[in-house]
Amino acid sequence: MSADEALALEDVRHTFGRTRALDGASCRLRRGTVHALLGENGAGKSTLMKVAFGMLSPDAGTLRIAGTPTRLRSSRDAIARGIGMVHQHFMLVPALTVAENVALGGRGRFDPAQTSARIATLGERTGLVLDPRARVADLSVGEQQRLEIVKALAHDARILILDEPTAVLPAAEADELLRWLRRFADEGNAVMLITHKLREAFRIADDVTVMRRGRTVRTGTRTELDEGEVVRALVGEMDVPTPPARRSVREDAPIVLALEGATVVDPTGVTRLHPTSLTVRAGEVLGVLGVEGAGQHALLRLLAGRLAPTAGRVMRPPIVGFIPEDRLEDALIPDLPLTDNLLLADAGRLTGRVDHAAARHETAEILRTADVRAAGPDARAATLSGGNQQKFVVARENRRATAALVAENPTRGLDLRAAASVLAGITTDEAMQERAIVVHSADIDEVLAVATRVVVCFAGVVREVPWPADRSDRTPFTRAMTGAA
Amino acid sequence: MDALAALWDGAFGSSYAFWSATLVRATPLLLLGLSVALAFRAGVLNIGAEGQLAVGAIAASAVALTWAGAPRPLLVPLMAGAGAGAGAVWAGIAAVLRRRFGVLEVISTLMLNFVAAALLSWVVRGPLQEPTHIYPQSPTFAATAHWPFLLPGQRLHLGFAVGLIAALVAWHWLAHRAAGLRVRLVGAGPRASASAGGVDVARTTFGVFLVSGALAGLAGASEVGGVTWALYEGLSPGLGYTAIAVALLARLDPRGVIASAVLFGALDAGAAAMQRDAGVPSVAVQVLVAGIVLAVLAMTQLRTARAAARTGPDEAAA
Repeated sequence: MSADEALALEDVRHTFGRTRALDGASCRLRRGTVHALLGENGAGKSTLMKVAFGMLSPDAGTLRIAGTPTRLRSSRDAIARGIGMVHQHFMLVPALTVAENVALGGRGRFDPAQTSARIATLGERTGLVLDPRARVADLSVGEQQRLEIVKALAHDARILILDEPTAVLPAAEADELLRWLRRFADEGNAVMLITHKLREAFRIADDVTVMRRGRTVRTGTRTELDEGEVVRALVGEMDVPTPPARRSVREDAPIVLALEGATVVDPTGVTRLHPTSLTVRAGEVLGVLGVEGAGQHALLRLLAGRLAPTAGRVMRPPIVGFIPEDRLEDALIPDLPLTDNLLLADAGRLTGRVDHAAARHETAEILRTADVRAAGPDARAATLSGGNQQKFVVARENRRATAALVAENPTRGLDLRAAASVLAGITTDEAMQERAIVVHSADIDEVLAVATRVVVCFAGVVREVPWPADRSDRTPFTRAMTGAA
Repeated sequence: MDALAALWDGAFGSSYAFWSATLVRATPLLLLGLSVALAFRAGVLNIGAEGQLAVGAIAASAVALTWAGAPRPLLVPLMAGAGAGAGAVWAGIAAVLRRRFGVLEVISTLMLNFVAAALLSWVVRGPLQEPTHIYPQSPTFAATAHWPFLLPGQRLHLGFAVGLIAALVAWHWLAHRAAGLRVRLVGAGPRASASAGGVDVARTTFGVFLVSGALAGLAGASEVGGVTWALYEGLSPGLGYTAIAVALLARLDPRGVIASAVLFGALDAGAAAMQRDAGVPSVAVQVLVAGIVLAVLAMTQLRTARAAARTGPDEAAA
């Protein structure tokens, strides 16, 4: 094919058991470009890239590297041919050092001095600086991701595949990463970026490929495609739900949640939340903004009753629904059936006999009314897709929490449609109109779209930021998030 | 062939073999298997059933020898209570160490097994030694301390009935009671149990730890009261460790523990017969047992891996 082709996949098919994960997927990555691979959860993006990285052997289809048809037997083969992959869930050994992680997968003797020198040279050349002796467990998420990239570069990768790399990063670090990827591509390398953030794709990518249900439905350069067309390709025939409308709040509505000088000091003595006083009335949607570690974690848990204040008072109803950001650790038990996961929500309060029949019935009803796609109430939570898991959690918490609901990054890792439906479930559901709702999201626009009032956390201090005259103006909020007065 | 025939005959060949050998040997494994299964279900890796059994046997023996004059309907429950209580206290040491100082129970319960073994060997040479002071064992209990037999002419004793009832209660409790639900949730997802369910995880695991110890202690009481009628050092040939295999084979289901305890009891009874009648060393059976457990564990793993492969990476990762 053409001389600038770095990697190409053509008509790839792959099945897992009875599930057809890839059903004619194609994609062509050109040298010197960033290529965005878009698709909803379960569209087959990660599967296709695992084929490109030699982790999966496809049932049919061809793979070309630099124009040469190739069969990869393992990811070791892929690495040897200059392909590097940064997975969504990092493949690092937390107990080992940076240098040891870089050396893993190599052959022969491990020479710490030599590996460290290599990391230093790479740092100088690429700007990805890391301390070779640092333990991976002590690194931030951003640094761990940098290490994943350095690992690939240490093996001379010219093609980088990144699976949802910005999902785990705060906005500023995400921007920095995208700029770095741009430079890397400009040096004659190639970047394949798996994402479901449309805006991100259109900002950085030269080429865009859209996948749906295991097929490539659209592909072309950024200039050829327009956003509306891509959105339609992403979700298929169905309409994308419009973002939920902001509600009006009665001034005299009763106060449901209140903090009075509430302070949180963690066991190591670090103040996570300075004395904070605020109230949330019935019908209000309090938006909480803040970069990673700015104090919103403690603030949300105080309001949800998941954390006791070190000093000060919290007033809240006995049951507050809580949607934590880490649903697989904090909201669900993946190994247990959905019925048990429904019972989980009230497990601390239950006494006597457990009515499994009723719980099973209620679970079936949630699956129906909240449009959760699952095999049934007995399906293990782990068998659901991320979006469906989250819809289940939202529906469960909505049913219990008749007075107040706290949601933390409720759309993390969800595609457009799932995210919109989750947000709608939280804020515009009929029954929710009388509740006090607190929403935090790493996506500012998401918070501003649903909030009636906004507070911003910075360095453990919570401050209310009034709406600007032009409601679509984000600057006062972004300024407050970075600590600018 | 002769060996296998002897194995079968020794376990199921006659009504005596079944009721007086197989089920008698299954009795401690039933109680100990429950002890391990309950603990593991809650994510408590109590591998100290061996030591908890020893202290249970010591306590029950002390009661039997001290109040030998008490009527049997009073003495037998007292022995059971003392055994269970002592087992719970012994497990409680490890439970407190875990709750207060975060000491891993795998280590503490294992260490406490050695301490309990030393305690047993001191007791049978000291406070509870038989009057002639020649043998390292206690005097034989008075008839009032003998646990009643369940069937005429058979050695099957009350301990087996207690074990059966305990298994059914444990199953009902896990499946249908709120406290049992908490145990299952905490074992499968401690963080979600605390965050989403408001469950007091430390309290739940602490409670299960004590119940687990009590069941193992009860097994000790049942052995001295129902089988040996005396306390001596070699009381348990590693029953507390076999119990881990019993529980795993039952996939931690209390109902399954009944079947798996009977299977292990039969293999044990059959192995003794095989050695006696066919001259095959009984360790051959231990090899077989180990093979069974490994096969079951491998099959379980395989099923999980297949299920994961069916789901596919996108869904599994999301």
